Amino acid sequence: MALLEARRIRKQFGGLAALSDLDLNIEKGMIASLIGPNGAGKTTFFNMVSGIYKPTSGQILLEGKEIGGLRPNRVTALGLGRTFQNIRLFSNMTALENVLVGMNCRLKSSWYGALLRTRSVMQEEAKARERAQELLAYVGLGDDKGETFAKNLPYGLQRRLEIARALATHPKLMLLDEPTAGMNPQETVGAMALIKRVRDELDITILLIEHDMKVVMGISDCITVLDYGAKIAEGTPGQVRANPKVIEAYLGKGVAAQIRRTKQKVAAETGSQEDGTI
Amino acid sequence: MTQIWHSLTAPWRAIPDRQRQILTWAFLILLFLTFPLVDKVFNWGVVNDVTDVLVLVILALGLNIVVGYAGLLDLGYAAFFAIGAYTTGILTWPPHHLELNFWIVIWAAVIVAAFFGIIIGTPTLRLRGDYLAIVTLAFGEIVPVVIRNLGSVTIGVGSWQLLSDFNLTNGVQGLNPVGRPGLWGFTFSFDPTPWYYLILIIAALVILANVRLQNSRLGRAWMALREDETAADCMGVDPIRTKLLAFAIGASFSGFAGAFYAAKLQAIFPELFKFNLSVMILCMVILGGMGNIKGVVIGGMLLQLFDRVVLTQTTILARSVGEALHISALATIDLSLWRWFFFGLTMVVIMVLRPEGLFPSAVRRAELHAAEEEAPRAAEKG
Repeated sequence: MALLEARRIRKQFGGLAALSDLDLNIEKGMIASLIGPNGAGKTTFFNMVSGIYKPTSGQILLEGKEIGGLRPNRVTALGLGRTFQNIRLFSNMTALENVLVGMNCRLKSSWYGALLRTRSVMQEEAKARERAQELLAYVGLGDDKGETFAKNLPYGLQRRLEIARALATHPKLMLLDEPTAGMNPQETVGAMALIKRVRDELDITILLIEHDMKVVMGISDCITVLDYGAKIAEGTPGQVRANPKVIEAYLGKGVAAQIRRTKQKVAAETGSQEDGTI
Repeated sequence: MTQIWHSLTAPWRAIPDRQRQILTWAFLILLFLTFPLVDKVFNWGVVNDVTDVLVLVILALGLNIVVGYAGLLDLGYAAFFAIGAYTTGILTWPPHHLELNFWIVIWAAVIVAAFFGIIIGTPTLRLRGDYLAIVTLAFGEIVPVVIRNLGSVTIGVGSWQLLSDFNLTNGVQGLNPVGRPGLWGFTFSFDPTPWYYLILIIAALVILANVRLQNSRLGRAWMALREDETAADCMGVDPIRTKLLAFAIGASFSGFAGAFYAAKLQAIFPELFKFNLSVMILCMVILGGMGNIKGVVIGGMLLQLFDRVVLTQTTILARSVGEALHISALATIDLSLWRWFFFGLTMVVIMVLRPEGLFPSAVRRAELHAAEEEAPRAAEKG
């Protein structure tokens, strides 16, 4: 059974189908990518899985349990963490507090517990702070950066803090919406390493949306390509790269045909076997 | 100027942080505990006023939970104060033949206020910002009107009547007298000192509750909602539950204040809980610094000091100057009629010059400072 299973999901905004009858499976332990031109429906898909949008029709299953249409906090409690395309940290809270909010649904203390400060509440609180500090160090926000306000962190660290906050929700599947957007090449390499470590060490399955093809091709086990709300290709990085439909979607029909002709010409001249790949 | 201040405070700053903190607290506690004595010695006669100020400070702390922590702009907070006061009035007004003990009634007032907090909270859950403010504004108007009209309650269908012309709130005249608290044979009456100590205890408990909630799972959830509701929801914070708790807990504080106020004043009527009061409490929260307990307490006290002392003293001064110079306009001036003008002006000035309030927390200050340093760098990045 796949960890995440989307069955013929559809999202209609008025007359526009942002996603139409999409089937998508994410196996446990994978790093999967969702790519496609702008407006292809990638973020819409994320928003439906995380509960911000309700699918117009179709089913979304997390570990076999239906999550389509549940409120975001319920979905999070079932084991789904996410980050946002435009960083959405709690800017006037410290980095540590941001991570502690992520732990919210894993903590048990109630409002009267907080008022009375019972021993169990204090112990839980101390443990949570320790764990939050560990998570911050894990993503590279160690030392005393935890006390910095989220909005005062440099851009790259804000992206990392978002990952730490998502990790704090103790997810089985993590959705990363353009985790390297706006980063310089050096930061991008660091972010890729972090994503790999999260999968390998913490055993968290990852689905990411990304425009940087170096990142996508570099870390994905499986890539799904969307265009106009429909799936046009799926497979390993090699397979996707060779798919003429993908080239068409990204570069347009004319360019795709031109590339194909050039490649064939080159192949004919050099006698090489590979044809059709970019 | 700053240098003189610096050298004057040097010995104080030489004391280690921890001890300095203990000293400050000890001083404050001593100050508040001995205040009625000092008042008597100097013959100020302001214990009663200070007691009223503390009632308003408690209200400001309650509103601070809703507005400061959870970021829900509530323009009708006085309604909860009214509900707390009227619960006390109804349960202790002699014609109702209930006349319950004040120490039970105060808890009833808290529970009823919290209940109404949830009632007003439920329909506003989907609203954000301005829309929420409008609904709470309406609620603040509805409550006094309802109270005014509950002087004659009739519940029945056709000829079957459960209640007929039942006088619940005594309409415009209000409830008089309201039951007084007693303790071990001692009854609170016209001497303001026992009332002062009672409100001091309640204020201390409310401040403690504020501090504990702020640094808790719930407090963080409130702040996360204030910062970004969608992101908070995606991090597992249940917005509905969390907002309702903010309304309920915020309202429950005003239940304490309402019960106390009704018992002390010995009479309550709908006119006491008008929109002006909601605005005043909101001003107290904003002046000191939203979401900051120390700021709300000091800001609230400053605003009241201005209202009760500065305005009246300035009026006296202006009049004597007017008489001396034979300016009739100045000789008959009454600046306390201008109080709302000054409040409004203060709010405008605060919002323009210091939106974080007069006393932002140390963290906030550090944050603003860091933001200033960050600004040029951000500009470079474009």
